[in-house]
Amino acid sequence: MPESYVNLLADLKEDEVLKLTKKRIDSGEDPMKILEDSRKGMEIVGKRFADGEYFLPELVFSGELLKQVTAMVKPHMSGKATQVKKAGKVVIGTVAGDIHDIGLNIVDFMLDVNGFDVTNLGVDVPADKFVKAMKDTKAPVLGLSGFLTPAFDAMKETVEALEKAGIRKNVKIMIGGGQMDDEVRKYAKADAFGKDAMAAVSLAKKWIGVN
Amino acid sequence: MKKPENWSGLTWQEKRDKRFEWWGAARGVKFVSKEARAKHDASVDRTIKAIKLEIPDRVPVHIPAGTFPAYYAGYDLKTIMYDVEKMREAWLKFARDFDTDGMAGAGTSSGGFMDALGTRTMKWPGHGLPDDATLVQFVEEEYMKADEYDAFLDNPTDYYIRYFLPRTHEAFAPLAKLSSLSSYMGIAGQLVMAAGDPDFKKMVRALVKANEANVKWGKVSAECTRVCREMGFPAGGGGMALAPFDTIADMFRGTRGSVMDMYRQPEKLLEACDRIMPLSLDAAIKGADMGDSPFVFIPMHKGDDMFMSDKQFEKFYWPSYKRLLLGLIDEGLVPSPIVDGTYNRRLEYIKDLPRTGVFWVFEKTDMALAKKVLGGHTCIGGNVTGSLICKGTPEDVRKYCRWLIDTCAPGGGYVLSMGVSVDKADPANFQAMIETAKTYGQYH
Repeated sequence: MPESYVNLLADLKEDEVLKLTKKRIDSGEDPMKILEDSRKGMEIVGKRFADGEYFLPELVFSGELLKQVTAMVKPHMSGKATQVKKAGKVVIGTVAGDIHDIGLNIVDFMLDVNGFDVTNLGVDVPADKFVKAMKDTKAPVLGLSGFLTPAFDAMKETVEALEKAGIRKNVKIMIGGGQMDDEVRKYAKADAFGKDAMAAVSLAKKWIGVN
Repeated sequence: MKKPENWSGLTWQEKRDKRFEWWGAARGVKFVSKEARAKHDASVDRTIKAIKLEIPDRVPVHIPAGTFPAYYAGYDLKTIMYDVEKMREAWLKFARDFDTDGMAGAGTSSGGFMDALGTRTMKWPGHGLPDDATLVQFVEEEYMKADEYDAFLDNPTDYYIRYFLPRTHEAFAPLAKLSSLSSYMGIAGQLVMAAGDPDFKKMVRALVKANEANVKWGKVSAECTRVCREMGFPAGGGGMALAPFDTIADMFRGTRGSVMDMYRQPEKLLEACDRIMPLSLDAAIKGADMGDSPFVFIPMHKGDDMFMSDKQFEKFYWPSYKRLLLGLIDEGLVPSPIVDGTYNRRLEYIKDLPRTGVFWVFEKTDMALAKKVLGGHTCIGGNVTGSLICKGTPEDVRKYCRWLIDTCAPGGGYVLSMGVSVDKADPANFQAMIETAKTYGQYH
């Protein structure tokens, strides 16, 4: 059953997934096992996205499926449920002056299902808030999101704020979204530009050293 | 424009020639000089030739102004949103200093108008964005709920008035109190009742205030347009439209909502696209007819290579959009879609429209590929990116524009332009773009 459950999730069969989730819960199965299968399903979704088989709608919809499964499973989890081992910490956010969050949330979701411990600071994040989050979490990776032209300068200012705080050298910075490209990456002195959410996952894996 | 008596009997090409003729004639425009008239005529001629895939004297160059004129004039966005005199100064300075082939209206809205309406679909300097914000930004929400398709399909206008407007503008909130406007019975009574409701009285006061701001803004805007035309800029586009899927995914349901609908209620989503198409077409034609230009601008967002698969594009985006484009072409108009993102995988689809019928402006699409697929079939433009104009040097811009001209101009059918507009940039970068079109873009 777990294998077909994973596949049903990866194939985004909402009704079947929810029915089967309920069945597994009712039969008293370990909730952690169900969540682990969900994560595997999401991994396949990410892989299909990277392979050009899935697109943004599949990512958004799979996120919705996972949310529903998690909500069903959660009440059955005992307080001392073991935390799934996280691959590493990543802080993300949309830079100051920009309120776009569609791409940001997809990156959040894809990093999360790939095992990263994600701190999502939301939109219109001032540079000092990024600095504080990097200090607090000690995350080695920062993802800056932006959609419009004002983000060019805001990204540069964020990177400079990290330099000024003396923590730039400890952090790898990736940028992405809307009008961002490698020119902006150079201008902002970030380490990499990623064209989509899976690029963010690959970069984070590379930098943190996860396979 | 004034249509001839035999309009409905004309072919789309004949209608379009009539519109081009009207556009070029610039009736009622008092040009400031013979040179201004000559500049106007030359711009019109080279743009028409580009659209028709004929060889003009040189590559036409268009620059979307965005909010750049505000900063170029030494102001900021907030200032010109609230001070029409400064808006006039900024807009006209931009027009005087940047000699392009198309008129670019300043990309701002009236702050007073949006304040009075309590617009929720936008954030602007001082309203959700800091005072020094350089662009107005759209707020995407599920303004239409997942279970409201039937209400929308049953009567889009009733839905718009009683559901959409109250949710998107604070001032219109009382409209949610009205009962259905689908039957003509009782509407008069309802409106009379509303007249006594303090909330409606408040709404009317807000509308009067919005109107005052709009009239003030509109007067200056119209005057700027007139002065620009007298300086020799061809009339700008009067018509605007959105692809039906974008109307839903941008305005009504948001990205998340529309994606849910693709899975949970695809038929309703498609039905809504079909319902919106003729309404959008009609509005775009009426808008264009009120002006002098044949161009209908269509900003495009959620059908690009990244946003959906080919299959999803074929099912959800393209059918109703294609009919919209065909409807515009059939009226002699020139649809000018401005495509956000990349359209590399969509080029074969969009080729399936009448030759020379559309003018596509791309943001990040691979232009060599676009030329390969659409060359000899459809005029293309764009691809000077926001990052290049904002952060590149004039030499970078020159180099890239030369590459674009080398790649796209041979055989005609190319306009040097951008798929996005910008805020702050080195003016020398725009000048480099214009100069490259004028010198390197010569056909003879």
